[in-house]
Amino acid sequence: MNGANIKKILLPAVLLLSLLFPLVIQNEYYLHIMTLAFIWIIAVYGLNLIAGYTGYLSLAHAGFFAIGAYAISVLTVKAEMNYWLAFLLSVLITSIIGFFIGLIALRTKEHYFAIYTLCVGYIIYLVIYKWEELTGGVRGFIGIPAPPPIGSISFDETVPMYYLVLFFLIIGMVAMYRIVHSLSGRTYKAIRNSEDLAASIGISTMRNKLAAFVLSTAYAGVAGALYASLIRFIGPDIGYTNIIFDMLIYLLVGGIGTLSGPVIGTILVVWVSQNLQFLQDYRMLIFGPLLTFLIIFYPKGIAGSFIQWRQKQKEKAIQKESAQIQGREAETKI
Amino acid sequence: METLIQQLFNGLTVGSVYSLVALGLTLVFGILHIPNFAHGALYMLGGYVTLTMMTSLGLHYWVAILLSMLAVGLIAVLMERLIFHPLKDAPPLQDKIAAIGILLFLEALAQFIWGADYKTMPTPYGQVIEIGGLTITLQRLLIVAAAIVIMIGLHLFLRKTMTGSSIIAMAQNRDGAFLVGINANKVAMLTFLISGALAAIAASLAAPINLVSPGMGHLVILKAFVIIIIGGMGSIPGAILGGYILGFSESLGAAYISNDYKDLIAFVLLVLILSIKPQGLFVKEGHS
Repeated sequence: MNGANIKKILLPAVLLLSLLFPLVIQNEYYLHIMTLAFIWIIAVYGLNLIAGYTGYLSLAHAGFFAIGAYAISVLTVKAEMNYWLAFLLSVLITSIIGFFIGLIALRTKEHYFAIYTLCVGYIIYLVIYKWEELTGGVRGFIGIPAPPPIGSISFDETVPMYYLVLFFLIIGMVAMYRIVHSLSGRTYKAIRNSEDLAASIGISTMRNKLAAFVLSTAYAGVAGALYASLIRFIGPDIGYTNIIFDMLIYLLVGGIGTLSGPVIGTILVVWVSQNLQFLQDYRMLIFGPLLTFLIIFYPKGIAGSFIQWRQKQKEKAIQKESAQIQGREAETKI
Repeated sequence: METLIQQLFNGLTVGSVYSLVALGLTLVFGILHIPNFAHGALYMLGGYVTLTMMTSLGLHYWVAILLSMLAVGLIAVLMERLIFHPLKDAPPLQDKIAAIGILLFLEALAQFIWGADYKTMPTPYGQVIEIGGLTITLQRLLIVAAAIVIMIGLHLFLRKTMTGSSIIAMAQNRDGAFLVGINANKVAMLTFLISGALAAIAASLAAPINLVSPGMGHLVILKAFVIIIIGGMGSIPGAILGGYILGFSESLGAAYISNDYKDLIAFVLLVLILSIKPQGLFVKEGHS
């Protein structure tokens, strides 16, 4: 079975599975967890674009997630704006803030970028925590509305919300596929592999990095806005560094710099954590070493390792073939 | 005027602690070019180990500190051997993430062993003394003095001994150090040992005036990163100077601007500096 065939079978199968999931699983709680996992996947896709494809480890991603969540909360609860207008605006606000932060942050490289964005993330958290008039401070926001009903479908309920989030996830995935396979996507990879080389062949690295960064914050904004509408109350904790570390674990388990990695990693880790609930605060006793272990032995994660394994199989097959051909040639010579 | 002097002294105390933590971080970065995100966890462990030695074993403060320095130093060496050494040829993204993994693990471990609540550390130096209208606890005076002694000691070690010089040599030029026969593994382990020990003593000195908790390293490590960027990554005088600069600006900022936002000062400072100079101040030139 070659790569194209696997994709042809696997993709519709996964899609069908995700569509049928609420019909098979009647448990509301499981549905809720799955919806939440989908939201994390959207956020992780954003992180993947900047960290995986462009090679810039942005540790401010949880901050942008929080900005998206707080923006929609402020706009719907305080400004009492139309929900979808608020949704659009909160993604826009997140991207604009992302643009200005990226403009400065992307002038730094490697370690400096990671530390800089870690600090930016912390500033976002502190501002949310201390700016009580706007964000409610440590108490956070309650009573964030669910998306307004479309016809007779009310998003107060679990199943419609599941499909709504799934809808956004699919759009996000298709968009990510198009981005990664476009000229821009190739440019991002070129920057990741060698920024100097990319610059030397005439790529405007700053403009491309900035585009990747703003796109990644837009994904975080969408995820944050959906999160606020699903959970209906938020606190400053969603911007704390723990969240970015969670996202990193999802991304690395699945496979950094791959398209299927965020889906595989997030769903796997979220479900495993569900079953490890008795560990509560101590789950990092397992996930911390797991993260370190993965990065040492399987830095490409599940999806990346699979792709690598298949490539090796292909190479072996080619080698075998050429050996056979050579053997035959030798025979004919004799 | 009196508040000013009082605040300046507070800045000196806080700055001393920052400097010690930043020193360990900058030493490791200078040798291995690793931003050790797990350094804050070492700091936190240092506080807990000292506390446990004092409360459970009833050891004297200084004995507890010494043992804690040794223990945390060894943990740091273990970290280098098990994690950073195998990753030495990996892309830079990977050792950052590995360090985050260790950080998460050590924090969860501390919470598992010692619980999530804040603990106070007793100190034999709780007396209050007055010097010319200034009220100072002896512990604060001790922090300042101890930090200076440690810095001088470290300076002498690095400059006057063969082993110390090998650390400097490797920080200056890796290939050159290998050429003259310096054992890279030994130097790396030694550097991590010193870095862990510095984190432990900084935490043990600061704990009686702050508190001990699993998250106590968060802010300190972030600020230490700010310091070594201000002071130049890998630069030893830069880390010391940066620590005191941050200490002073925080205590003055808390007194004259806003106590609520004093933790923001470090980050705003960093954002400003990196916005103007993306490579950081005092960047070492000639090699990368």
